Amino acid sequence: MIDPILIFKIILVVVLFALSLAIAAYSTYAERKVAAFMQDRLGPNRAGPFGLLQPLADGVKMFMKEDFIPAASNRFLFIAGPAITMITALMTSAVIPWGPNVTINGTSVPLQVADINIGVLYVLGVVSLGVYGIMIGGWASNNKYSLLGAVRASSQMISYELAMGMSIIAVVMSTGSLSLGSIVNAQSDWAGMNWNVFVQPLGCLIFIICAFAECNRTPFDLPESETELVGGFHTEYSSMKLGFFLFAEYVNMFISSAMITCLYFGGYNFPGMEAVQGSVGDIWFVLICVAVMFAKVLFFVFFFMWIRWTIPRFRFDQLLNLGWKVLLPLSILNVLITGAVIIFFELKQN
Amino acid sequence: MSEIFFYALSAIAIACSLLMLFQRNAMYSVLYLLVCFFAVAGLYIMLNAQFLAVVHIIVYAGAIMVLFLYVLMFLNLNTPAAFTKTNFLRMAAIMTGGSLFLLLFASFYKSELVEMPMPVTNTTGDVQTLGKVLFNEFLIPFELTSVLFLSAMVGVIIMNKKDKANG
Repeated sequence: MIDPILIFKIILVVVLFALSLAIAAYSTYAERKVAAFMQDRLGPNRAGPFGLLQPLADGVKMFMKEDFIPAASNRFLFIAGPAITMITALMTSAVIPWGPNVTINGTSVPLQVADINIGVLYVLGVVSLGVYGIMIGGWASNNKYSLLGAVRASSQMISYELAMGMSIIAVVMSTGSLSLGSIVNAQSDWAGMNWNVFVQPLGCLIFIICAFAECNRTPFDLPESETELVGGFHTEYSSMKLGFFLFAEYVNMFISSAMITCLYFGGYNFPGMEAVQGSVGDIWFVLICVAVMFAKVLFFVFFFMWIRWTIPRFRFDQLLNLGWKVLLPLSILNVLITGAVIIFFELKQN
Repeated sequence: MSEIFFYALSAIAIACSLLMLFQRNAMYSVLYLLVCFFAVAGLYIMLNAQFLAVVHIIVYAGAIMVLFLYVLMFLNLNTPAAFTKTNFLRMAAIMTGGSLFLLLFASFYKSELVEMPMPVTNTTGDVQTLGKVLFNEFLIPFELTSVLFLSAMVGVIIMNKKDKANG
């Protein structure tokens, strides 16, 4: 007899995997549509109704192209680069809570692959590994532009990881837990509106900026700034290996949006949650919560695109100055203020 | 089951450290060391020390090894061992390595396997337990370590400033 909870978790893993890829695929379509809308164009509209089959066509094109490995490159590492990028992009979704607890055979199971008690640290760990794919790929290409792109990417990611970690620490301090499940649960007060964005506005802003930098999105897309570096770290890549690099960016965007939602925008919590829970059945309540979660996540995916077509790219020294001289001190200040407020309330209570 | 994992992870860790040492290409050395770190983190997880495992990955794999790779990329040390080994260097290396080995061997030889001071339970490697132990029993060593880190950071900044003034 196989454990029903284990089966549930396996199904959840498969669904999340498929969903991450599907959302990433349609993000490429959405990105072009949003860009077209912002620039008063039509965007892709040839493949299928409203161009909805465009991601499929792009995928087929990527697979059909010639897969070229440069002669002077390091073959094993050249292939490992995009693989590592994709794996680390998909790994983070394991600890994100997508909805409230579900009851299976009388036991309450969180709608989350693994509710480990150090979920936040797990995310930081995986994010810090993401840079290896880019660095190894860029180095193994044996190309000046690839190397420069890879070096830029690594220094950018190291710089912004620190401020990101610091802004998360403030959330952890106010919640008192490192588990993403409890962080989301703690935001259900005030009729489902006790979102951390109201408690930690500065930390939220810093986290969003750092998420943009970690995803290599505009205005921080210097690792692949095509006007200076041809294609950046993936200059030498072709076919689906290039596809993996581009695709991982969209998966990262989706996961970052989920993290922003979980940490600062209440996860699956929404105003009037208790009233809804009382009036509909358990299954419907879970489904509504998941829908709310995905609505928020998709809004932030849109936000990523919105920013891309609004703000021009930073210069590299500006980028590093912003990371080290503005965001890092601000995030430390945020931690200090959070600590002071917590101690103040504790003293007041006694 | 857990024994198989233990031996597999240990074998990977030892094999990768040896490969790291005997590798001519510095880039590969760094990558082998990285795999070794992951194997060690796996051992920590088997001991129920999730926090230690993840912090080990974040700090060593995520930060320090990235900096190693970063420097290697800038220096572009693709060519194997560019420096020449003189007899003096060889002797010095044998002396230092041998004395370290002697020290480690002696300490392991003298020490006997003791029982764990605390039984390993579900909460042993927890963040809560760790925090309580660090801030109650080991408060002074912990604070001293952080002062040491701070002084290292200040030192780096001062060295950087000096370079700028001279150049």
